[in-house]
Parts: sequence; C-alpha cells; structure tokens
Amino acid sequence: MGTGPARPGAEPGTGPHRENRGACPGPAATATVTSRGEQYDAARRFVARSACGAMAEEWLGTEVAAGSESGDGEEEEEEEEEDEPGPGPVTAPALRQGQEEGERRHRRLLEAISSLSGRKRRRLAERTEASAQVSEFNVSTKGAGEKLVLSELLQPIRPKSALSGVKKELTRVKQKAAVELPLSKEEAKRVVREAAYVTTSKDVGKWQQVVLQNRRAEQLVFPLKQDIATVVPLEQAVSAWKARTPLEQEIFGLLHKTKQPITDPLLMPEEAASLQAMSLEEARQRRAELQKARVVQSYYEAKARREKKIKSKKYHRMLKKSRRRKALKEFELLQKSDPEAALARLEELEQLRMQERMSLKHQNKGKWACSRAIIAKYDLEARKAMQEQLAKNKELMQKVRVELPEEKPDDVPEEDLMSVTIPTIPMGTSRANPWLLGKPSSPAKEPEAQEGQGDVLEPGAAESKEEMEEEEEEEMSEEEALLQDFAQKRHVRQQRAGSPEGPGADATEAVSEPLGDIPVPPVCAEAEASTGIEPSAGIEPPAGAQEGVLLWQQLGRARTMEDVEALASEEHVEEPVATGAETGARQPVATGAETGARQPVATGAEAGAQQPVAAEAETGARRQQEEGRAGARPAKKAAAQKKQLISLQAVLEGRAQEAQCPSLPVLLEEEEGGIDQRGVITEAFAGDDVVADFRREKHKAEQDAKPQPVNLVLPGWGEWGGSGLKPSTRKIKRFLLKPSPAPPRKDQHLPHVIMSEKRNIYAAAHQVSELPFPFERHQQFEQSIRAPVGATWNTQRAFQKLTAPRVITRSGHIIQPISAEDIPTAARPALEPVPGQGAQRGWRRGRMGL
Amino acid sequence: MRVKVLSRNPDDYVRETKLDLQRVPRNYDPALHPFEVPREYVRALNATKLERVFAKPFLGSLDGHRDGVNCMAKHPKSLSTVLSGACDGEVKIWNLTKRQCIRTIQAHEGFVRGICARFCGTSFFTVGDDKTVKQWKMESPEYGEEEPIHTILGKTVYTGIDHHWKEAVFATCGQQVDIWDEQRTSPMCSLTWGFDSISSVKFNPIETYLLGSCASDRNIVLYDMRKSTPLKKVILNMRTNTLCWNPMEAFIFTAANEDYNLYTFDMRFLESPVMVHMDHVSAVLDVDYSPTGKEFVSASFDKSIRIFPVDKGHSREVYHTKRMQHVITVKWTSDSKYILCGSDEMNIRLWKANASEKLGVLAPREKAAMNYNQKLKEKFQYHPKIRRIAQHRHLPKSIFCQIKEQRIMREARRRKELNRRKHSKPGSVPLVSERKKHIVAVVK
Repeated sequence: MGTGPARPGAEPGTGPHRENRGACPGPAATATVTSRGEQYDAARRFVARSACGAMAEEWLGTEVAAGSESGDGEEEEEEEEEDEPGPGPVTAPALRQGQEEGERRHRRLLEAISSLSGRKRRRLAERTEASAQVSEFNVSTKGAGEKLVLSELLQPIRPKSALSGVKKELTRVKQKAAVELPLSKEEAKRVVREAAYVTTSKDVGKWQQVVLQNRRAEQLVFPLKQDIATVVPLEQAVSAWKARTPLEQEIFGLLHKTKQPITDPLLMPEEAASLQAMSLEEARQRRAELQKARVVQSYYEAKARREKKIKSKKYHRMLKKSRRRKALKEFELLQKSDPEAALARLEELEQLRMQERMSLKHQNKGKWACSRAIIAKYDLEARKAMQEQLAKNKELMQKVRVELPEEKPDDVPEEDLMSVTIPTIPMGTSRANPWLLGKPSSPAKEPEAQEGQGDVLEPGAAESKEEMEEEEEEEMSEEEALLQDFAQKRHVRQQRAGSPEGPGADATEAVSEPLGDIPVPPVCAEAEASTGIEPSAGIEPPAGAQEGVLLWQQLGRARTMEDVEALASEEHVEEPVATGAETGARQPVATGAETGARQPVATGAEAGAQQPVAAEAETGARRQQEEGRAGARPAKKAAAQKKQLISLQAVLEGRAQEAQCPSLPVLLEEEEGGIDQRGVITEAFAGDDVVADFRREKHKAEQDAKPQPVNLVLPGWGEWGGSGLKPSTRKIKRFLLKPSPAPPRKDQHLPHVIMSEKRNIYAAAHQVSELPFPFERHQQFEQSIRAPVGATWNTQRAFQKLTAPRVITRSGHIIQPISAEDIPTAARPALEPVPGQGAQRGWRRGRMGL
Repeated sequence: MRVKVLSRNPDDYVRETKLDLQRVPRNYDPALHPFEVPREYVRALNATKLERVFAKPFLGSLDGHRDGVNCMAKHPKSLSTVLSGACDGEVKIWNLTKRQCIRTIQAHEGFVRGICARFCGTSFFTVGDDKTVKQWKMESPEYGEEEPIHTILGKTVYTGIDHHWKEAVFATCGQQVDIWDEQRTSPMCSLTWGFDSISSVKFNPIETYLLGSCASDRNIVLYDMRKSTPLKKVILNMRTNTLCWNPMEAFIFTAANEDYNLYTFDMRFLESPVMVHMDHVSAVLDVDYSPTGKEFVSASFDKSIRIFPVDKGHSREVYHTKRMQHVITVKWTSDSKYILCGSDEMNIRLWKANASEKLGVLAPREKAAMNYNQKLKEKFQYHPKIRRIAQHRHLPKSIFCQIKEQRIMREARRRKELNRRKHSKPGSVPLVSERKKHIVAVVK
C-alpha cells in the first residue's frame, strides 16, 4: 500500500478500510480495478456506515461509530479516494479531484446553513443502492453469518438483576460440551451400505477356492450332486433289527453273556482301532510302497541269480578286476579325503592278508587242488592253474615288509603283481599323469595333435606290456583309458627322444605347430601302412588336421592384428605357394619354415588369404606323396579325400574371416586418440569375441545346411553280418549316396549375415504364425502339438485319458446351481473367506488356466 | 514223419461274442507310425470340416402366441416344461418333447412383464402392466375357468419378477425393488436407491440372499436381502437391460447392455468388469447362463442369439434364422443341452446348445470318436486353415454389414485416439483399457 499518496495520518476510523485493503491482492491488482467498481464499493460502505446510526453502534465497530459521530465523513471519504485508486493514470484522479473540490464546498455550505439553525440535526441515512447488507428496515444484517456467542448475550445483564440466576444457569450450560450433530440421512445410509458391502463380499469370497478349483479342473461332471446308490452299512441294519422270537432272544442272551460285540458284529474293538489308525489313503500308499520294494528286491534277486549263473571265466575275471579297481579307486579317494580312515582300512586289509596266510588256503591241499594235481600231468591248463596257485601261495608266504603308510597300497592282498598302475598313480603322479603336472610343458593342444601318432605307435609300445594288460585294456573305463593313453604317449615320446630319428621328428613337430597341420612323420606313416590299421584309425588324422586348421586360424589372426601397418607384397606371399606346390612333396618342413619366416611382412588380409592356400597346397602334396607310397588303399584314399574337402572349406572360411577382420583394429586405432570410453568398452568386452562367435555360428549354419550323404548300406545283406563285422568297402562305396552339392548360399558374399533358407512358404500357410495366448514360450506350444493323442500312438487307456472331455453332462438330468452340499468334504475348508487381494489375483490366474 | 505247422491258440484272436470288438494286436513302436503330427493335423482338419457340415442347431419352433413373446421361465423340476408370457397378457405353458402348448391363460391386461416359477415347481408368478402380481398353479384345474391362487394389486407397474431359490420369497421391481413374502399382500421390504424404473431383478442362485437389479438410469445395483439394504451401484455408459448370475460361481454375474456388449462382473470388484463380451451389433436384451456356468447365451435386438464362453471376449456361436425377429428373451435349459429363445414374431425357438452335436444315445465308439475329434479341434485350433473353417459363420446381410461398419468405426476411433495421444503432451491422454472404458462410476 505504499504506492498510494501519503496519508494524513493513521486515524482510528480506518479499521474496516484496512480490512478491505488487506483483501486486495497487491498494488498491481488495485491499479487494475475499474474506477466504477471502486466508487460503488465506497458508496456502499459509506451508506452502510451512515445508515447504521447510533442503533448500530453495538454491532459495528465502536471506532466506526465514533467516526460517524464526529462527523468527519469527508475526511474518510477523502482517505478512501486516496487509498483505493492507487497509482492509476494521472488524468482520472485529477478530474475527480476537481469534482470533489466542488462537492466539498457544497457540503460545507450546507453545514454552515444547518449550524445557523442552532440545533444539530442528524443526517438521515440515504440509501442509494440495493444491498444484501442493508435491509429495507434500516437494519444491518452484517452479523448474519456469524455465530451468536452466549457471553455477548449475557453482557447486558447486570449482576444484581433478577436474571442473575438465569445467567448462572447459562454459564453452567456453557461449560458442557455440545453433542455432535447426527449424520444426515444420506450419509448414514451410505455408511450402512458400505459396511454391508464389505461383509457381503467377504461372505461371497468364501467360494473363491471352489470356483478356482472348478475352473482349473480337468474334468467336471454335471450334475454335481450324483445320486449314488447308498449302501446301508451292515451295522445300521443290524442295530435296527431286534430279537423277537424266543430262539433269537436265547441266542442274544448267550451272546450277551460272552460279551460278544452285538452292535458291531463284524469288527472287534482292536480291529476297529486298527482301521481307524490307518486311513484308506494311507493304506493304499503303504501298499504301493511295499509293492515297489518287493518288485525292486525281486529284480535284484533275479539279476544276482543271472550273474551267478554266468560261467564265462573271462566275465568273472573281468568282474573281479573291476571290483578290485573300484576298491582301489575308493581307497585312493579315501586316502585323499580322510587319511586316518585310509590307514585304518589298510590295517584291516593287512589283517585279512594275515588270515589268508595263516589259513594256508593256497597250499594245494584242497579237494580241487588234489584233483588238479592228478590231471596236471596231462592237461596243460590244469598245470597252469596249479602253478598260478603256487605262485599265489609263495606270494602270500613272503615275509611282510614293514612300510610307511604312504607306500602301503603295495600290500593290498587282493592285488596282483601285474597291476602296474597302482604304485605309479599315487607315487609318480608327476610323471604318469599330464593333467597333474604343475605347468604343462606342452601346450594344451599337444595331446590332440599327437593323438594320431600315439595310436599309430601303440603296437610298439604295447609290446613291453604283459598280455594281461591288453586283456585289461578291453574293459577299461574311459578315464582310465585316457590316462593310459597319456602314459603311453609320454613313453613313446621318451623313446623317440632316445632314438636316432627323434630329433628330426621333433623338429618337424616344432616347426609345423604354428602351421597347425600335423605332418605325420614318414616313420609313422610306414608303420601305419605295415600294421594295416582299421579304417577308423585311418580316418582319425583328418579330424585332427581340421582342428589344427582352426587353431592355426586363430593364431594367424592374432598375428595380423599386430602387423596391421606392415607392408604388403603379393610377390612375397605368392612365392611360398609355388614353393609349397613344388617342394612340398619332399620337404614340407622347409616350406613351413619358409612361409613362417616371410609371413610377418605380409599384411593381415593378404597373408590370411594366402596362408591357407599354402597350407592346402602343402597338404595336397603330402597326400600325393602318401598315395604314392601306400599304393592301392581305397579306404585311406577316401579319408584323404575327405580331408581335402574339409581343408578346402577351412580355407574358404579363413578367407572370409580375414576379409572382415581388419576393419576392427583400424577403427580402434582412430578412436583411441579421442574418447577413452570406446577403449573402456573394448577392454570390458575383451573376453567375448562377438565377431568370432558369429563366424562360428555362420560356419555351423553352413555345415548344417549342406546336404548329407545318405547311407543305404545294409550290413549282413549278401554277406555275413554280426558284431565286429563291417560291411565291405565295395558295398559302402556303392550304397553311400553322395548328394549333389547344394546351390550356392544367398549369404555367400555377406560376411555379417546368416540367411536361413529353411522356411517353406507352402508349409507356412498351414503353420501358426504367432504364439497363441496361454502359451508363454514357443517350445511349450510345440510340445503341445508334438505329443499325439490318437489311438494310433497311444494305448487304449492313455487314449481315453487324453481325450476325456472337459465337461460331462447327462442328458435328461437337471443341473442345479452349486451349493455347499455339492462340495466334497475334502474341499470344505476352502469355503473359508479369503483376503480380497489374493482373490483378485486368483481370478486372473484362474482365467489363464481355463 | 512229423510235419511242423504254424499253430495258434484261437483264444488269442477269436471273439467270445460277435458283439465284442475284434482284438487287434497293436505295436506302438513310434517308428512304425511316423508323421504323427501331420496325420493328426489332417484328422483335425477333417473333424473341423465335419463339425461345420453337421452344424444344424435349429430344432423347432413353438408357435401359438398371438403377440410377441416377452418373457420365459424354466420349470425347476421338469425339463420338458417351459412357460412363456406374451405382450398381449397371455401365458402359455409348453411341453418341449411334444413341442406343443399344454395350457393357455389370459393372465394380464397388457404385457406380461415378468414370469417366474416357484422353486418347488408347484406354482408360478406373473407380473403385468395392469399393476398386479398373480400366482398361478402349475397344474390346470380339472374344470372351469383358470383362476390365480393369489392376486396382489400394486400401486405402480411391475416390470420384473424373480423368485427366491430356496424360500417362499419373491422380488419384484418397478419403481423400487420389493421383496415379498408369499403369504402377505404387502412387501416385506422395499429397497430404493435413486428414483428410476428398474427393469430387472435377479436372485443369486448360490448365495440366495443376494439380489442384483438394473435400472434405466444406466446403473446396476446389488442388494442384500438379510440387511435389507443396497450394497453398491455401478454406473455404465449405457443402460443395462438385464443381468444373470453365474450358477456355479457365486460372485460372478453378466449384464446385457444397450451398447451391444455384455459385461461380466465380479461383485467384489466392481471397478472394472472381468470380461467384456462384444460381438452383437445391436442392443442386448437378455442373457442366461448355462447351468454348467461355463457359457452363457445372449439375445439381441439384431435378430440373433450368441453363445459366449465366460472367459472369452467373443462368441463361439451365433444362431439366426430368416424369420426370427428381435429376440426379446432367451433361456438355457437346465440340462445344458438346449436353448430357447422368444422373439417379436410370436415364436419360441428351440436350438441345440452345441450346434453339431448328435442327439440321442451314442455308441461307445461314437463317443470315443467324438471326444477324439473334439480334442483334435482343440489341439489344432490355432492353425490358420483350421481356425478359418472353425470360425466361419454365415450371417444375414444386415448383421454382416453392420459388423463391418462397426469394425471400421472402432478402427477409426482407435486411430483417432492414437493420433491424439501422439500429438499431445505425453501422459495427458491416458491409455484406458477396454474394461475400464465402459464404467462411469462406482457408487458406494
């Protein structure tokens, strides 16, 4: 309000105006109020004030009354004028001031005239405007909205008047708190409705479980209340019956005397108790369990009987050995996990051995031994058996060395002398088992690479072993075979190291390793040829070779990454191809070395493109060489051809990968200078090689899409068949149909794309294009389609079960609405109310299940 | 010399009687029965085609009324009896097996607005435009005129009536819902909430103290008879004509609305219906549940009736005939095999609830084949070729065109909303689900 002109001074009569001002939102707002509105407001207020007169003194503020009495209405008027227009346009107030000047003068004149009369006349209130505040009887209704306060009413009563008693009463009443107003009718009804709704919906909610069960039910049979032909229990029938004839009475008298159960004649009390103890369900379950146990037992018995009947010595030997091995393994495990227990067990074994020794069981004194002794003269086998027995005896009679617990495995009584592996495994782990070496001296791929050689040289190595060992080998478990294999390989390697041609072979290996192709040393090849190994052994190397190619690809790529900036000279690269082709036949090692030496100079892409070619040429050359040496060996040839196929593929693959590779590192180099984030990301994802993964995937897709040869070979047709017999190569050649090569793939030249050509548009019209509603994954849907329901594929019973209808109704039967009696007693507790939220969710779920 | 011949035990292959099935030794080795999915697919296709071939749902019509049929009631104890009330105040009782009228009563002057049978089946009640409630005996009198047992004269017109499922209590509706004791001439209690004419009132068949009503001011009101108070009110976009409670699920009811849709509500959660069933192309006038509670049938002003599964938004079946006009009332018989509908052109029609079902006794093999076919249809129902055949229905041109038109309209509305959403401030045009769209308010 500071914006208005300076006021003549704070007057007591400004109370109501101040209120008015306070109601104004601010100076700006006051400025925008139209002047007419203000005038109206001011006039109204003025009239009201003057109209009140003395009579209104009590109701209006005393200040206002005082103001009006003193008669300086004009000043107030002025003040209002000053206050309310605010900082409005200059012209309007100026004009108005002029008018007011005249008015004031006029009023003064009137006053002067009136004062002349000597009597101060009261000015009559002048009503200029219709107002709610003013009634037509000059009574202000200003306080209409306000509450009547009791104290105000009491004020005028003087303390000594006759009404003092009333006043007291009233003051006492004032102390008491008023009773709250009752709710309106509408409100009250609403509250009742709400409460009723809550309780009713809770009531209804008790059906929730039943409803859900019915919705999920596999089959519903209506009417729910099946009228089952009720069989009256015998007890009831009996209890209803009474003895009438004398004979009956006599009999009953006797029964009573002996305290026979009459009312429940079928069951003794104990029986009844036992019946109660086990419900039908439980009994059924128990019976099922027992049945199962019996079945299992009989099965084991039958098995044991069968095994016992087996007469094969070999089988029993194997059995014994396997048992022994198992025991050993267990013992080893025990030794590792709980050495104390192992020690205890050792001692136990020692005890057993002692007993054996004392019993002299192997002294050729038994019945069997005697009989053998007679026959031994003529029968070689019997003699052998006797000798064995004697050997055993001798062994048992040997003095026992006292040993450290670690070396005690030697003393296991059942152990034979020939089981060489036993001491070697616990003691010489570092030597026998390459897996247990602290740091493998050879790279991980070494075993793979040498597998072929190991196989080749096996016969030589096997010579040093005993016959029994071979026998044992047949029924070895896989892991053991592997271990044995490793051991053999190690052995071979050692041998080779010792042999004169060893260094040469090693050199080949060393040099050829980066190339990835395993050159079979000539010696080995010859050995292979001479021994004439079965085709499976012959086919094995190509697989190794393929793997080798893949391995080499990895290596090659790594190198190209390093030498991105290196110069590229195609002449350099082409040269090795020539050399490879020419000289490869004689000295693959040399070519390998040569290419290896020249490679670092080549760029990534070109080197990658050319290297495999070199390798391929090399392999081809070697193949020729081998062919020349081996002469007519169709199987071998086939294998070699296959090898060529694969390597060609590998070559193609290699080219594709190298073509796309360089882009990655180049980009990286550019970015590295600027933003670090890229680097961070690459660092974070250094482990997962997405590009390589994709390449692998594509390769796989290509392989899968390739047409597979059809094998129509019927073993045993036109020749002898059986286990261990293979169909002849001629037959295989004839009946192994090679498909014509597939048309070129559409994504052949698109390195980043795999295009599947599996979709058949003719079939697509019959196929479901999007996953139907209740299923969440397409596998679920497929599964639902895959399982046939027809009687062609299912037994009668399964068929009936699978095709059972969801709802069964009986014609001519009225289906009544569900009621509490229809619900089986087992589900009755479900009729308890459930919380609302769960119920809501339940409905959703239920609908899904429908 | 001994000659070895093949010999078999006849017990293994000879039937005991000629009625027995031939024993066929089977080898279930899957290798011997390849292509199980394609073969079953073909079987499913054939089954679906056959179903369409055999879909002849119309059984017959009951004619005899001299005005449009306005209401029907099932006999609670007899499957073959059905009652119907016409617009000229005539009530007829029909025998369905003979397909003939067994009794005719001139019950009211003006419309028979509502009809319901007592739970015991000994008598039935009618209300009419002449402001009376009348109770009639189910059996015809031996001689003389038909006279009602009781007649109650009311002050206002009654528009509907329903009987309690277990007690001697019935409810009428008009300006308010009145609950009557059979023995008294004044209502036990009157339930009101607002002032509008109530078109239908229905007792809950399971929790029998519950009532549902629908009024012409677009609302559905639930009442509790025990506390004699209304419970809750839902206001929909348009007027609900009638409602029906699910006879197997106590808290579920379905309302037939003027806006061509049906709404299935869970009475505990009235804020949104659990399912909106839309397929009709005109106002839905009546609805009735199958006694199994799995499906319901609806009658519409568009001259067709449709069968909806409770949990599906669209109908599985539509019935129409050339002569059937606006269907006013529909009932599903108590054995859940047949549907009855009464229409404007004075006929009551009898339909099979399952269009292609073979009536009569089925041989076990027939039954097995039927079950198998049903299963196959279910299994391959999502395959496009099969779905196309299974869903194909021939429709009268008017309905067909209207469906098309409405699809276009719906699409346009959807597109408009989409555009509006796209071009206004994100969040200012909220996504309202179809279920919520039709509910105006829930009043406590």
